[in-house]
Amino acid sequence: MVIGLEHYLIVAAVLFTLGVAGIILNRKNVIVILMSIELILLSVNLNLVAFSAQLHDLTGQIFALFILTVAAAEAAIGLAILVTYFRNRGTIAVEDINMMKG
Amino acid sequence: MTLAAAFFYLFSIVTIASAVMVISARNPVHSVLFLILAFVNAAGLFLLTGAEFLAMILVVVYVGAVAVLFLFVVMMLDVDFAELKQGFLQYLPVGMLVGLVVLVELITVIGVWSVAPQAALNTPTPANLSNTEAIGRVLYTQYVYLFQAAGFVLLTAMIGAIVLTLQHRKNVRRQNIAEQNARTRASAIEVKKVPSRAGV
Repeated sequence: MVIGLEHYLIVAAVLFTLGVAGIILNRKNVIVILMSIELILLSVNLNLVAFSAQLHDLTGQIFALFILTVAAAEAAIGLAILVTYFRNRGTIAVEDINMMKG
Repeated sequence: MTLAAAFFYLFSIVTIASAVMVISARNPVHSVLFLILAFVNAAGLFLLTGAEFLAMILVVVYVGAVAVLFLFVVMMLDVDFAELKQGFLQYLPVGMLVGLVVLVELITVIGVWSVAPQAALNTPTPANLSNTEAIGRVLYTQYVYLFQAAGFVLLTAMIGAIVLTLQHRKNVRRQNIAEQNARTRASAIEVKKVPSRAGV
């Protein structure tokens, strides 16, 4: 049995779906939402690497490297905002974040 | 070939199962640990495609840095997670519906795509180099500006995270080096003329 590109694409599609569903299901918990975003970015990376291997082109792997960088930066900033918010309000419930609402 | 297929199914099934556990675990600490498991298995999938460098970077960056960061924050914040978990069942139907729609659309696309005929290989993989060396040769020449931009993104994120979380407490004595260096003889000492036998 040969594992082709389609197998990887289906795994990445399932991971992406799980990430999107995780954002909807855990609508109150910012930490799990951030983890779901990491899952989505991982599935995108899997797609890029699978295409890179299939087409014998390194650009996909380079791009995946940059996505990894941005994902790490995003996680750091998101968690820093979370810590600051918790320090000020004592909760991390997303529904309470409405101070900017007019 | 069958061994590679067996490992592919092992890695992908464990990745997807731990992704399910990430979004459905009651305790966020368990979520983070399942996230680590998902990333390690995804690194295994990367290895199977031949992207060894990215697989190792995935382990180092995600398992070594990002997951530990998540773990620190989850354990540092004293949050009532049982309360945050409420509404999970309420959102379950719409979540399943959206997930199903997204999955059906993605799998429909997977069945019918094809490479555009005018598409050209941008950086073809060299035959006799290891994956790491090939990436290095491309990354530091053709993509050097993007590489620098990625460095700036990380620098900005680092400064932003420090600025957001740094707090200056009151009643803590700190060393102010500029103030120390700016002291002159006139501002630091005072000469008093003390009359004899009178005291200060």
